[in-house]
Amino acid sequence: MHIEGMATVSENVRTRSVVMAGVGGQGTITAANILANALILHGYDVKTSEVHGMAQRGGSVISMVRFGESVASPLVPYGGAEAMVATELLEALRNLYYLAPEGRLICSRARVDPLPVLQGAVSYPEDAEQRIGELAPGSIVVDAVGIAAEAGDKRAANTVLLGILSTSLPVSEGEWLSVIERLVKAKALESNRNAFLEGRRLAQEA
Amino acid sequence: MAERRLMTGNEAVALAAFHAGTRFASAYPGTPSTEILENFSRYEGVYAEWAPNEKVSLEAAIGACLGGVRSLAAMKHVGLNVAADPWFTAPYIGVSRGLVVVSADDPEMHSSQNEQDNRYYAKAAKVPMLEPADSQEAYDLTRVAFEMSERFDTPVLMRMTTRVCHSRSIVEPGEPETVAAIPYEKDSTKRVMIPGHARMRHPVMVRRLDELERFSEEFGWQRVEDGRDGAGVVTSGVAYQYVKEAFGDVGILKLAMTNPLPSRLITDFCSRYEDIYVVEELEPFLQEAVAALGFKPKGKESVPRVGELNVDNVRAAFPELSEVEPPEVRRVQGIPARPPILCAGCPHRGIMYILARLKAIIAGDIGCYTLSVLPPLSAHDCQVCMGASITMGHGLEKALELAQGEDGYEGPGSHRVVSVLGDSTFFHSGVTGLMEMAYNNGRYTVVILDNRTTAMTGFQHHPGTGITLQEDESSMVDMEMLARSLGIKNVRVVDPYDLEECRRVLTEEMNRDAPSVVISRRECVLKVRDREPVYYQVMQGVCNECGLCMGIACPALVKRGEEILILPDSCTGCGVCAQVCKHEAIEPVRQ
Repeated sequence: MHIEGMATVSENVRTRSVVMAGVGGQGTITAANILANALILHGYDVKTSEVHGMAQRGGSVISMVRFGESVASPLVPYGGAEAMVATELLEALRNLYYLAPEGRLICSRARVDPLPVLQGAVSYPEDAEQRIGELAPGSIVVDAVGIAAEAGDKRAANTVLLGILSTSLPVSEGEWLSVIERLVKAKALESNRNAFLEGRRLAQEA
Repeated sequence: MAERRLMTGNEAVALAAFHAGTRFASAYPGTPSTEILENFSRYEGVYAEWAPNEKVSLEAAIGACLGGVRSLAAMKHVGLNVAADPWFTAPYIGVSRGLVVVSADDPEMHSSQNEQDNRYYAKAAKVPMLEPADSQEAYDLTRVAFEMSERFDTPVLMRMTTRVCHSRSIVEPGEPETVAAIPYEKDSTKRVMIPGHARMRHPVMVRRLDELERFSEEFGWQRVEDGRDGAGVVTSGVAYQYVKEAFGDVGILKLAMTNPLPSRLITDFCSRYEDIYVVEELEPFLQEAVAALGFKPKGKESVPRVGELNVDNVRAAFPELSEVEPPEVRRVQGIPARPPILCAGCPHRGIMYILARLKAIIAGDIGCYTLSVLPPLSAHDCQVCMGASITMGHGLEKALELAQGEDGYEGPGSHRVVSVLGDSTFFHSGVTGLMEMAYNNGRYTVVILDNRTTAMTGFQHHPGTGITLQEDESSMVDMEMLARSLGIKNVRVVDPYDLEECRRVLTEEMNRDAPSVVISRRECVLKVRDREPVYYQVMQGVCNECGLCMGIACPALVKRGEEILILPDSCTGCGVCAQVCKHEAIEPVRQ
């Protein structure tokens, strides 16, 4: 039982983690919530962690999802995430220390300039995507916003990324879609459904 | 069996309070506690409200529990400072129906000005305290808290932290109960704390503490987890989860009730192990108690006392307890920082820019506008807590006035002092400050940034919006009339999108030898639904790249190489940048 905290070492080793990194206002909390609910539907114990308040005003934000037979810490240990979904290139690099050495990085080719860059004090690393490729071999960087726009709404970009992520998790397509139906507002449902399936298709083809 | 749900700790507290038959709840929004009331307010048949501040909310909850219904007050850690006055006397008068107070502490200061450890408040006020470690415990212990409150005739503190409040985990709710109201009866020797009565009540509290300690010894949620020989860990709250993951099958005493502490249970546990460790966030609250029982626990010499804990820093504190080697991690250096920033179109931007240009000495306050302290706006001089802008400004002005009377004084003049605070913060604790300014002949200027909402915590209503938490219409405080009624004759309203007006009015009021209130009124840009379909663009060729517009720190304005651009998707059309530009190089475009 989850509340008795009876997890043993071996079970804790089996706790799996996904990190969602982005910029406040980009919707990482919502994406993490969809993922968490899909994992619960599949029968896992799940914990998530998120940040509210001041950090949401355009700052770096991170949401964490952990699952397994019995999850203890809501926070992902450094180097402990099997996958990271990043909604912005710099945030992928910034939070790379959460990704396991063999972890899978799924990143939107989106650039949001932080204040020091806006101000011209420092420049946005133009080689961000290249560095992601070097530091996280096997990473997938896609134009999630563009793909989502084609699927009906550019605001469904995070759902494209979830679609890509879905292929490495043991949750069925039906389970994913039923959670999306439950958690996404009716008027945005069609585009999010399409965005998810398109991401999933891309990953399966890759 | 009830449905298993993924819930935040805050949602779990709200549901548990509802299932415990709680009828009354009051709070002022504050991260990480805000969602407790937001969720509770949606349940059938309950009364829930945003109070102007935490002191008010706790006092209202005390009244409601005396009125015979189970009551809840929820606040962030610093909110309990505001509510500290009723907090310390509420346990003298006790309860009728249960009273539970939630304190949501914010280790790491994700969205706070300090990271005080509110466990000391429970100890100082002789109030029993429960510390949940996840959402299921938040649910279960909230229900226990109401029972304890009634059984022991005392308020109960639920001490949460950010990673309990804002973590989601699975909750299996119990059966809801119906709790009948207790018919009101007068009992003034117990409830009116004149010294004679209070002297009778304090010994009752001390005896109650003994009873509570016996309860704490037997409390089913205090849990001993047997582990390998040698080392035992005493812990509570979310720190337990990190211990569990970092140290595997080590022996653990996981305390759910941390005031009063179960001395015998702790002694029994610690006696079984050669080495005793204490892992807790922030202060050595448990560690001191374990040491006082004659043990020599290892704790804060290695476990960070500042910031929040996680599996990594707990493991690093006591590597001898860990069986796992931490993996190699890739830290990428040289990534530009991404501090939070005022939104594009934020109505605070223009007026803060003007105040900085006027070289105002700005006593600031708690809200989004505090972000304007960062360069390039750099528009704040001091800030300490909710409402302190007006009162610190008062002291600053008096001090500068005294200093100006000294021979050879070369510092700034007192007329430069300006206090700046938001509308919700003004209602929270700015009104008494304004009275201080009026009554004690302050001659400085107070700027109220009235964006018609409590923006930072997620757009809650307040006494100035005319709508309550449960969406009922109510009276709307008239700020101008309120200020005038306090005796402030110079009350003016400006549009923060009109920089010329802001500059003119602020210059006049700062130079006036009388107290002034300037209300900067415009709705939070994130709340505006029907925005004008206008955005601005930089006319390349006209622009000489002087960079003046970059001084407003708008996320829609970017410098790429030498060129300055406006990102059309980010621009909200506020036009502040165009007014800052001296070369008429920024023009509106209709979409």
